[in-house]
Amino acid sequence: MIDENLIKEVDEAINNISTYDDLNDFRLKYLSKKGSITSLSSKMKELSNEEKREFGYCLNEFKNSVQSRLNAIKEKMDLEYLNKKLESEKIDITLPGTKITKGYIHPLNRVIEEVKEIFISMGYDVKSGPEVENDLYNFELLNIPKSHPARDMQDTFYINEEILLRSQTSPVQIRTMLENKDKTPIRIICPGKVYRRDNDDATHSHQFEQIEGLVVDKNISMADLKGTLEVAMNKLFGDGRKLRFRPSFFPFTEPSVEVDVSCFKCNGKGCNMCKKTGWIEILGAGMVHPNVLRNCGYDPDVYTGFAFGLGVERIAMLKYEINDIRDFYTNDLRFLSQFKYIEKSDDDASK
Amino acid sequence: MLVSRRWLNEYVDISDIKTDDIARDLPLVGNEIEEITKISSATGLVIGKIVDCEFHPNSDHLHVCKVNVGKEILQIVCGAPNVRKDAYAIVAVDGAVLPNDITIKKTNLRGVESNGMLCSLQEIGIQEKYVPSEFKDGIYLIDGDDSIIGSDALEYLNYDDEVINFELTANRSDLYSIIGMSYEFAAIYNKEISLPDTNYKVCDDSVKNHINLSVQTKNCSIYITKMVKGVTIKESPKFIKSRLMASGVRPINNVVDISNYVMLEYGQPLHFFDSDKLGNDIIVRMAKDREEVVTLDGEVRILDDSDIVIANNKEAVALAGVMGGLSTEVTSDTKNITIEAAVFNPANIRNTSKNILRSEASIRYEKGVNAHATKEAMDRACHLLEKYADAEILDDYVIYSDIDDKEKTIEITKDKICNVLGMNIKTEEISDIFKKLGFKFSLDKNKYLVTVPFRRLDISIKEDLIEEIGRIHGYADMEGTLPHSILKQGGVSPFEEYKVNIRDYLTSINLNETVTYTLTNVEKSKMFTKDVKNCIQVADPLSEDKKITRYSLIPSLIEVCEYNRARNINDVNIFEISNVYYNDNNDIAQKSLCAGLLSGSYINNNISNIKINSDYYLVKGVVEGLLDYLKLNGRYEFVCDNLPKEMHPYMSASIYINKKYIGYIGCVHPNIIDNVYVFELDLDELFSLKIRNIKYKEISKYPSIIKDMAFVVDKDLESSKIMNVIRKNGTSILNDVQIFDVYTGENVLPGKKSIAFKLTFSNINRTLTDEEVMSVFNDIISKVENELGAELRDK
Repeated sequence: MIDENLIKEVDEAINNISTYDDLNDFRLKYLSKKGSITSLSSKMKELSNEEKREFGYCLNEFKNSVQSRLNAIKEKMDLEYLNKKLESEKIDITLPGTKITKGYIHPLNRVIEEVKEIFISMGYDVKSGPEVENDLYNFELLNIPKSHPARDMQDTFYINEEILLRSQTSPVQIRTMLENKDKTPIRIICPGKVYRRDNDDATHSHQFEQIEGLVVDKNISMADLKGTLEVAMNKLFGDGRKLRFRPSFFPFTEPSVEVDVSCFKCNGKGCNMCKKTGWIEILGAGMVHPNVLRNCGYDPDVYTGFAFGLGVERIAMLKYEINDIRDFYTNDLRFLSQFKYIEKSDDDASK
Repeated sequence: MLVSRRWLNEYVDISDIKTDDIARDLPLVGNEIEEITKISSATGLVIGKIVDCEFHPNSDHLHVCKVNVGKEILQIVCGAPNVRKDAYAIVAVDGAVLPNDITIKKTNLRGVESNGMLCSLQEIGIQEKYVPSEFKDGIYLIDGDDSIIGSDALEYLNYDDEVINFELTANRSDLYSIIGMSYEFAAIYNKEISLPDTNYKVCDDSVKNHINLSVQTKNCSIYITKMVKGVTIKESPKFIKSRLMASGVRPINNVVDISNYVMLEYGQPLHFFDSDKLGNDIIVRMAKDREEVVTLDGEVRILDDSDIVIANNKEAVALAGVMGGLSTEVTSDTKNITIEAAVFNPANIRNTSKNILRSEASIRYEKGVNAHATKEAMDRACHLLEKYADAEILDDYVIYSDIDDKEKTIEITKDKICNVLGMNIKTEEISDIFKKLGFKFSLDKNKYLVTVPFRRLDISIKEDLIEEIGRIHGYADMEGTLPHSILKQGGVSPFEEYKVNIRDYLTSINLNETVTYTLTNVEKSKMFTKDVKNCIQVADPLSEDKKITRYSLIPSLIEVCEYNRARNINDVNIFEISNVYYNDNNDIAQKSLCAGLLSGSYINNNISNIKINSDYYLVKGVVEGLLDYLKLNGRYEFVCDNLPKEMHPYMSASIYINKKYIGYIGCVHPNIIDNVYVFELDLDELFSLKIRNIKYKEISKYPSIIKDMAFVVDKDLESSKIMNVIRKNGTSILNDVQIFDVYTGENVLPGKKSIAFKLTFSNINRTLTDEEVMSVFNDIISKVENELGAELRDK
């Protein structure tokens, strides 16, 4: 019904379309109002009704096939065009990003937070107290009278005869016991700044951070102290830490011990960190001296307790292998920024 | 405390215990060991006799010696000036190793073969202070005869003795003596003790004929004197010299050495006076204020009434418990000696030695001396003086004493011991430990009655005994347990939590936390505050820069900034939360501050041209963000007044909430540092503000209408003034106002600026009509125009 030559011509023309211009030209030539295909319908009026229907059908088929071929061609060309455009937008993906970072907390506070979390999870309250303290709370009530030789163990910044910069966080223990009017059991840790009259060098700092712990209750034993510290040290330095108690002396505890933890670098085999001993001295502890309990209104025949104190700088220095304590206080951002990352424990604490 | 192992071994036989075992065991019972060394660590040293000594043919100071070392005669070239024929010397033979790893080899010195080395004491590792003056510049020459040729030199001189350096705890005064140490070793290794010889003959003269003693102070609990006559002052025997050296004490002569020897042995300081210089009267009294005494070292010491002195009928002759006086010193001419063995109040001695000087004697007195061994120490000194100084000992003692002769007893049950330790230790073992420690006890149905030996001044209560049981039993087999307490939740105080929240917020917006020093200098303690307070000054500061507590954290943060800038780190975004302390009406007050410092760029990507530099508006944004986070949004006000003089006067602001000053922000005055923006907030004030809990407010489902308006106003008019008028007149349908443009320049007259606002209107229940929005909108415009002299732009 439709001129074979036209079909052939159209077919050829479609095959030759390769650009958007070709496509437009084709549309103009064949499909516009006066286009060769559109104008075929003018033949209709010369045909009988019977023929009209058949011709109409063929023409429609023909148009549809042309249109769908054109659509396919356009779709393909659109895709190519888009791909070209995207290619032109290519960037160097290795150049640095516009970083939006989180700031970091100071490594000392990082350690304090870690220790706080461990003890809060065991039901301890976190207490704080003033850094400018009374001699009474810092020494006297802790069983360290004025002439006590133990005052040599720590040289203190005095403000006057009675006021000083606290040399330990123990006065917070005293305050907590005194403030507890009902003399009920106590379970606290007290982190904070303390001061000693030391000249600053690689291992001494006139200001440092300490965390002390205190438990007062009926039937508290040294084994409880050991068990508690075992939990804390395994959490802080990784599983498998063993503890060693070495007898020692502090005026405010009796018995007193130095606590060593098995070296977490060599696992106790002996290395430079533990000076080949397999053990690292980590904290001082002991059973609260009955005089201290009595001074704070607790009956030592009814209550016993344990106390411990650790140096935050020491923990941080061991944990991160830092050699100079002054690094914590100069706040070189190249130093501080090394503590901005998370740490992941490989064992599941929830087990 | 330095302990000679050979000396120790004399009173407790520990010859079967290896040095390594001592190093391992002693710290586990509470006696820290710093190191174990030998007096000399050299090897390959023998005694040789110089049988021939000729000048070196090619040298004006060297000698060529023939040295008989027993097995052979060695040719040795020696440069010492005191080398001489027939003397006995220390010879380092071929292969000997001297301290610092120097190995002696056969060599050739200026054409002459040398097969070893004649040694000075310094060369074999003896400290300079122990070397007798005549041998300081040459080799050491040994007294002796031909029988010592070829023997081991260190063994002969006792320099092969091992020295254990203990770092003892403050309570164990008993261990500052060889005898106390012997008891400790006996307890640890389950050994028997044998005490030193204290016997001597007395002559028929009594000391009572010679001495009038008067003790006039309560600060002396016992004072014993005795006299010896006709001493010969000479060199001490080898064992005394080497043991003193091992203990860190310089040998001087036999008499002085014996007084030191007995002090080291018993822990009881003794003092020897030259009787002829002292006279008959001995008075123990407190010093008079400004009284002077010249001590043995020749120094004039000025005393006060807290110092105890020993005086004769003329003057103070010794600083009691610390050091003797020059006027009654024992010298090489001394013939007769008055011996003092006494115990003084530790507190006084501690005070005196802190103010004047610390000596081996005062160290022991400060810690406490067992007054029940004082007489025994005196007898030991007499024994040694008779034996090694040819002394004749006078009979009797002159004694003052007010000591209590009753031994302390402590009652304790087995249960108490086991409960406190948390270990189950059997009764037999507890009894055994008391026995090893030399504590007498009786046991009645698990209840011990323990008698504490006088030497253990540190033991007075049950807990002390528990510690003894714990440390001798050892803590190695202790099984850790957790306290059996009522379960409760732990936590921090609300204020501490508030601070943690603030820290979390600031780190989340890329500020980094610092920790800086509390102590600063006086100048900085007065900076960066509008109300200068007197801070807390330490009485005895380490330096001017660490003298007083700070009142603001900003100077510390500026120091951190300067430190980093000096290292080419220019982007500094930091903060700190800390307490400060000050005097407030004679009371010590404290407050918590949070300060921040921003300098350089905050976000920076040069490649993408994204750069946010620190400026006033950034630091303001940081603080606004923080205050909003603390749910104080809409309540704070920034006002340019009351600024610390260290701040830029036109680029800083005080912050108020409900008219209450809570801190300031802004640019630091360029006189102090360039391009630094800071803030400081009073956290106590912030925390005291009441805030409401979060309550959800429903979001309107109906569309909102956004309208812009811009005003031309005077350049100095603060935008907050316009904002306030807009808010006040916005009615309930005005939901939000934002400033989106501030413009000066073309089309705006000089001295004016244009500010553009974006207003959002909505209603929770319905769609707003254009009319009602326009009515409010126009009302706002006319109010702003009328109240602030503003002119609507682009009408």
